Amino acid sequence: MSFRGFLLRDHFDTLLTALHKLGAHCVGPTVMDDSIHYTTLTSSTQLPQQVHDHQGPGHYRLSTSTESRWFAWANGAQALKPLVFVPQEILWRSERDSEGNLQFSNSKQEPPLTAVIGVRACDLAALALQDQHFLDGLEQDSAYARRRQQLILIAVNCTHPSANCFCHSSGDGPEVKQDYDLLLDELDDGFAVRSASPMGEKICQQLQLEALTNSQQDEIKHANLRAIEQQTKHLPEGNLEQALKNLQGSGRWQQIAERCLSCGNCTAVCPSCFCHSQHDEPAANSMSSAHIRQWDSCFSHGHSYIHGMVIHNETRFRYRQWLTHKFSGWFEQYGRSGCVGCGRCITWCPVGIDVTEELHALAEEYDNV
Amino acid sequence: MGDLLQRPRVAVHKFSSCDGCQLAFLNLGEDLLSFSQQLDIIFFAEAGMMDTAQDIDIAFVEGSISTAKDAQRIRNIREHSHYLITIGACATAGGLQALRNIAKTDDWVQAIYTNPEHIDTLDKASPIREHVAVDFELWGCPINKQQLIGLINNLSLGALPFEETDKLCMQCKRQQQACVMVTKGSPCMGPLTRTGCGALCPSFGRDCYACYGPAENINGEALARRFEGIGLLPEQIHNRFHAIYSNEAAFQISPIGNKKS
Repeated sequence: MSFRGFLLRDHFDTLLTALHKLGAHCVGPTVMDDSIHYTTLTSSTQLPQQVHDHQGPGHYRLSTSTESRWFAWANGAQALKPLVFVPQEILWRSERDSEGNLQFSNSKQEPPLTAVIGVRACDLAALALQDQHFLDGLEQDSAYARRRQQLILIAVNCTHPSANCFCHSSGDGPEVKQDYDLLLDELDDGFAVRSASPMGEKICQQLQLEALTNSQQDEIKHANLRAIEQQTKHLPEGNLEQALKNLQGSGRWQQIAERCLSCGNCTAVCPSCFCHSQHDEPAANSMSSAHIRQWDSCFSHGHSYIHGMVIHNETRFRYRQWLTHKFSGWFEQYGRSGCVGCGRCITWCPVGIDVTEELHALAEEYDNV
Repeated sequence: MGDLLQRPRVAVHKFSSCDGCQLAFLNLGEDLLSFSQQLDIIFFAEAGMMDTAQDIDIAFVEGSISTAKDAQRIRNIREHSHYLITIGACATAGGLQALRNIAKTDDWVQAIYTNPEHIDTLDKASPIREHVAVDFELWGCPINKQQLIGLINNLSLGALPFEETDKLCMQCKRQQQACVMVTKGSPCMGPLTRTGCGALCPSFGRDCYACYGPAENINGEALARRFEGIGLLPEQIHNRFHAIYSNEAAFQISPIGNKKS
């Protein structure tokens, strides 16, 4: 898409005003609980001011910088996932009527039009995967679909990948190429703006855009190249799909299990993981009950509980399930790997297990067999 | 399990404990009124009901067993109860007072009491399951009202209660808290602890101290190594593991946690 113009930093709030005029609830990055956290945004003053993130395996710290930019960081623990596949929701309720019969009702909440500001290329790639899972099957997931169609996606190209990022290697970034409404490139004075949808156009018309200079365009190109060069982690070469299928009996799984807490943090922060469990919460008077869906994980015992037994009763089987599904099984199900290279599973693993390191070790073992 | 209970007869008993779990009943608020129409509370000393002679459908037991008298009393309760449910860390796992199991009884009795001859105690404080069969255990220090509502409803309807065994991290991430271990290097016990509290401590930016007890399939050694990595001394790691659940095998990890050493 070609550039629509340049939005001065001082005019950034006109973007929020335009979105509010459309009736959208704005969500964007703020500094909260020592990390970048997406929450309701009413003013650009809430955006991270002069903040950098420092990520390593099991490590996330923010520091202040003298840079004037608002998006000079890679990511926080959340992606778009919590906005569409929400962590906990009531799917339906049942109630006992005066004659003792059960009545069921849908819990249909109409989600508000929601504009997300600061979406990264990895987030969009993960959203496309979640769309495939929740929308493209035989049955659409109505709860997901209702939220998904209310999203306005305002991407910001990533110029500061973290030490755990490998989206260039996974083929998903760092440059945003598609599936957005507006795309911003942050420069010192403001933002270059591109639009890729009728919604994006509608918003652009409300903005006071200047002409973009050639040197600004060059700067944007360079920033993207630099973001690629800064990425030090990468996935192993070769056919991981096949390798993992053949490595089910590897001793590596036990070695990982000795470090792994089986806590499920990796799957919770993974923007493509979609496992969930369901249970009922009865009210105290036994007259009504809520049927609840919540995020589950292949690291929980319930995930592989089938007819009286837990099939993955040890951590080595659970980790193997996660890695094999993500990097091998997904090809069969969705035509690609389930990993978008955001590095969240490395950063937010409390003991710092590095998925790329494990994959390299496994790939090497496969090559040597 | 499996029988539908018509207007179950309920008892709430207390052994060595702080009474905090019984308060979960009294804290039910409006739901307590609703329960009082569905159940008969036969024995509940804290609320004034003291009929000991009757047979009971559901006996809730708070506290650990510390004396020979306690041991006899819990056997009597078991004989008169259809279901026996432990409530809280003390009844379920020995609780805080089981810390004394690490020391020699004679030593601490002599060291603490002016007149040690008045002390009549067993050598250990032990969970109810070491004395009688237990039908279901509610973990927590203290338990909360949601656990009680779920349990009483399921039992009344003849269904198995829903048991939370997942790690706290799962609920913490559902609530979208940032991991305090990753952002601050705090020694969070969440990866070993069963969920049920609503990730209360991390939601206030502090580390979990395991008040809901061990989750399933945990790896204490790996977490202890991590605590070492973020700068905790062996004794500090020991104390993290040995607060409320020192008596639980899952928290007695080598090399820092062997209670017999």
